[in-house]
Amino acid sequence: MIEVEGLTKRYGPTVAVSDVTFQVRKGEVLGFLGPNGAGKTTTMRVITGYLPPTAGTVRVAGFDVVEQPLEAKRRTGYLPELPPVYPDMTVDEYLAFAGRIKGVAGAELKKRMDAVSETCAVSDVRRRQIGKLSKGYRQRVGLAQALIHNPDVLVLDEPTAGLDPKQIIETRQLIKSLAGQHTVILSTHILPEVSKTCERVVVINGGKIAAVGTPEELTRRLQGFETVLVTVEGPEKEVKEKIERIEGVNLVERHEASDGRVTFEVHAAKDKDVRAEVARAVVESQWKLFELKTSGLSLEEIFLKLTTKDLGEEPAAT
Amino acid sequence: MRNVVTIAGKELRTYFHSPIAYLVMALFAVLCGFFFYNLTAAYVIETFRMLEMGGMGAPPMNINENVIRPLFEGILTVVLLLLVPLITMRLYAEEKRSGTIELLLTSPLTDMQIILGKFLGALCLYVLLMVLAFLDIGLLFLYGNPAAKPLLANALGFLLYGGALLSLGMWISTFTKNQIIAGIVSFAVFLLLYVFDWVSAFSNGTVGRAMSFMALTTHFDNFAKGVIDLSDLVYYLSVIGLGIFLTARSVEALKGRA
Repeated sequence: MIEVEGLTKRYGPTVAVSDVTFQVRKGEVLGFLGPNGAGKTTTMRVITGYLPPTAGTVRVAGFDVVEQPLEAKRRTGYLPELPPVYPDMTVDEYLAFAGRIKGVAGAELKKRMDAVSETCAVSDVRRRQIGKLSKGYRQRVGLAQALIHNPDVLVLDEPTAGLDPKQIIETRQLIKSLAGQHTVILSTHILPEVSKTCERVVVINGGKIAAVGTPEELTRRLQGFETVLVTVEGPEKEVKEKIERIEGVNLVERHEASDGRVTFEVHAAKDKDVRAEVARAVVESQWKLFELKTSGLSLEEIFLKLTTKDLGEEPAAT
Repeated sequence: MRNVVTIAGKELRTYFHSPIAYLVMALFAVLCGFFFYNLTAAYVIETFRMLEMGGMGAPPMNINENVIRPLFEGILTVVLLLLVPLITMRLYAEEKRSGTIELLLTSPLTDMQIILGKFLGALCLYVLLMVLAFLDIGLLFLYGNPAAKPLLANALGFLLYGGALLSLGMWISTFTKNQIIAGIVSFAVFLLLYVFDWVSAFSNGTVGRAMSFMALTTHFDNFAKGVIDLSDLVYYLSVIGLGIFLTARSVEALKGRA
């Protein structure tokens, strides 16, 4: 549905996005993840036709955003980071205006206005002035605007920025409910957002793609089983020795201890899952096993790993 | 065309949702009304004095020449230098500040549709000012008999003069997010264009004549007299076209820079 190929965008001598290539399939929710200033907004602005690319092509629903901008824009709904609302207008006036400039008119416009007000939960404020609404409402009015012409593609730039936790959850549910009928691409620098709403993630850093995959794939790829945390109640020294004797274990370190329970960090050989052996060893010796887990990198750690690694390899990029 | 009208309607509605339309119209009504009253009163007193003196040798008084022409030529052109920036300063600056420019530029509209829509919306408000001026002038028909035909030339000139200012003001508004800056720069530019022909007082060379030709006011004189001259018409239409063209270039550059 969205095909980005070799996209490069320069602002004068500054390279904001460099040779970015990825696809978004129909009906998919793609997360665009990266620290601030990574080039997320720039990429989205090119996809929506707001900025022309310096090099490369972007196609939306088969239409090149440079060659056939009107056709591409007709199929794209865009919610910028700052909802593009006119504070003087009422919600209804605003949606009517947005609908008209996007080619929705007459009875169809009225129907769409009702539908998107319902979807975005702004039905109760339709006659209120947008300037007097709360940030959460304004964000939803912005989203309603993006949906008014029932676009194939929905581009959302940090849709939950600045909302309170309840509104964030509501917005995420809303986005999830839009998947399927719309192809969604959303950017964020907040990680839980990605694992909660997106089917696939593109991690971007310093204007380059650092990784692509499902949140699970990324987690698996980066954390591995090499490090296992095990919490045992038993004689510390013996436990340590016993675990060290297991095949494939390279090193056992005392991680922390409290209430007689000791947690060990077990480092195993590459690609070796020693969890089952560790569990058997502990139980066979009649010690009490309280917890056994891979020292799973959280998404945050993966994110940091991906983004800092990239910068480390290319000091020139900073 | 429908898109142009939609944008124009939105601009016009924004003027009336904010105090700007009321402010501009009120200021214009007061200033125009005051000067109109002054000119008319002076005209009446002068007429009576000439009647007392039997009108010996003096040129006959004419309401078009002695009230309407100085009102347009000497006064309203200056008043507009001040008021048109109030109309144009927000056209692009406010869209840039509030981020709504992203909505416009990512909607299936061409840049030119947006520009023409904005220009048309601003022009509609300007036409309302013109209506206010002609309400005053209409009073003259109740108590006297001014010639109606020159008024058409006056109206056309007024419209073209304003159109030129509006298109240039719109262009200046694309450069900043700050309405105040857009307004002040527009006023300075308008003032400069207004006084350009003063150089003709001391310079009769090519440069002097060229500058005098470029001045906004030199081309208004004929319209104020009630005469439509093709060169004046072409001048104003060219300035309007230039302003719209420059706005289009500037919007294009805006996209490259973000």
